[in-house]
Amino acid sequence: MKLTKDEKLFQQYQRGLLKEKRIVFTWQLSIAVIFFLSWEITSRFYIIDPLLFSSPTKIFELIITRISNGTMFSHISITLFETLLGFLIGTIGGVLIATSLWYSDRFANIMDPYLVIFNAMPKVALGPILIVALGPGYMSIIAMGFIISVIVTTLVVYRAFLEVDQNYTMVLRSFGATKSQIFKEAIFPAALPVMISTLKVNVGLSWVGVIVGEYLVSKQGLGYLIIYGFQVFDFTLVMSSLVIIAILAALMYKGVEKLEHWLIRHTK
Amino acid sequence: MPILELREVSHYYFTKKGYTKALENISFSMEAGQFISLLGPSGCGKSTILSIVGRLLENTSGKVLIHNEPIDKNEAEIGYMLQQDYLFPWKTVLDNVMLGPKIQKRQNKELEDRAKKLLQEVGLGNVLSQYPKELSGGMRQRAALVRTLMNNPEIFLLDEPFSALDFQTKLKLEDLVATILKNYHKTTILVTHDIGEAIAMSDSIIIMHANPGRIAHVYDVPEVLRNETPMIARKHEAFQPLFDKIWQDLEETESKEKIGDST
Repeated sequence: MKLTKDEKLFQQYQRGLLKEKRIVFTWQLSIAVIFFLSWEITSRFYIIDPLLFSSPTKIFELIITRISNGTMFSHISITLFETLLGFLIGTIGGVLIATSLWYSDRFANIMDPYLVIFNAMPKVALGPILIVALGPGYMSIIAMGFIISVIVTTLVVYRAFLEVDQNYTMVLRSFGATKSQIFKEAIFPAALPVMISTLKVNVGLSWVGVIVGEYLVSKQGLGYLIIYGFQVFDFTLVMSSLVIIAILAALMYKGVEKLEHWLIRHTK
Repeated sequence: MPILELREVSHYYFTKKGYTKALENISFSMEAGQFISLLGPSGCGKSTILSIVGRLLENTSGKVLIHNEPIDKNEAEIGYMLQQDYLFPWKTVLDNVMLGPKIQKRQNKELEDRAKKLLQEVGLGNVLSQYPKELSGGMRQRAALVRTLMNNPEIFLLDEPFSALDFQTKLKLEDLVATILKNYHKTTILVTHDIGEAIAMSDSIIIMHANPGRIAHVYDVPEVLRNETPMIARKHEAFQPLFDKIWQDLEETESKEKIGDST
């Protein structure tokens, strides 16, 4: 098959893209390999204390045995459940509060100082109060995941509602639209991209809330394993939990990103 | 009987720091099917008049009557076309056009057919299910025109709807809009700062001054120009003399205002 000059140029461009992709991937892989390799080697030769820093092989072994004998699964599932729930309630709650602020300017003005205080406050400091109020169980851990993301969501989404171009509202008003019609037809869909980007932030925040919550009270979960491992000086356990958290959080983030692409395709 | 009448309408904008008088004693009236242009420098309150007639603002004092009834008691439909199309990017062209009926909860097959027919009429029959971003500026503005037409407004308000378009598209769209509005016998107010556009499209032109916004002069466009489409009117021999007269009028006010500012 003969190719025209244009097609050849295009192929050349595609090859260039592929090459760049390969270079980036090679670097990414080398960084990971070098990191784990030097960790393993320094730990084996006692350059760093293997008791404190463990080593990749020990961590890998522990994860495999714990997963195969089933002692890891309950911890993973409980933490994942708490995080997802905290994330969902926090995000939906934030959007609902933002909606009510948008509905009534007066309500927004009244709430303003309280939102500022709540936003500025380090939410994890509320931990003990949550435990006293909701009991030392998963309820207060979920509440922790919720409280840490809800105010940020409220503020960001409310701002996005306010920044929707007034002229869309004007078009709707000229048709005699009610406030809830304006919200449904213009404000909500226009602010959707911002809402989705808050989802990404909230994934990270909910993990913080839940892990801190588990530090404080729980008898199960990955946060508990970290604290437990710390107390009994089993740093292989601490590191394993960290690795699992990193993987799960990244997966959840990727999931939200997929959702974002899907929503943008189906709403634009 | 006039369809729309403004009697000594004044309007103030209030802010925390003070107020500005946007309109002072604006009075004019319009017969059904008439086309009036509001022409003047920015800040002369042209758009404020549209907002008041469009029921988006309530005038501070004076009376606005539609069919001899106060505007807030009358239910006549009023259509709005803005500088940009403001089509909703997440809706298809047809859904955008059907927005008015949807808001008023009277969607039906008949109206949808009407929407399709109108879109056909403005040359958008083959892009019904496309999204606004896939359309050119002129096409989008035509879709916005149909969206406004769908509600069958008695009074049409055009707020510089052609200003964001390139010159050729603008001239073509002027022709289309003028023809359609004439065919459907709509009463129209056009806000513009383009003298040529005002002469080519309207029956009479209201020149406004700024600070506070008030009516300076009213020009009637000669019969010969009114009967032509905008494109032909622009080339007519009666066009240039009126253009020069209005130009001079606007120049004079501008220089007067500058002197006024320095004292």
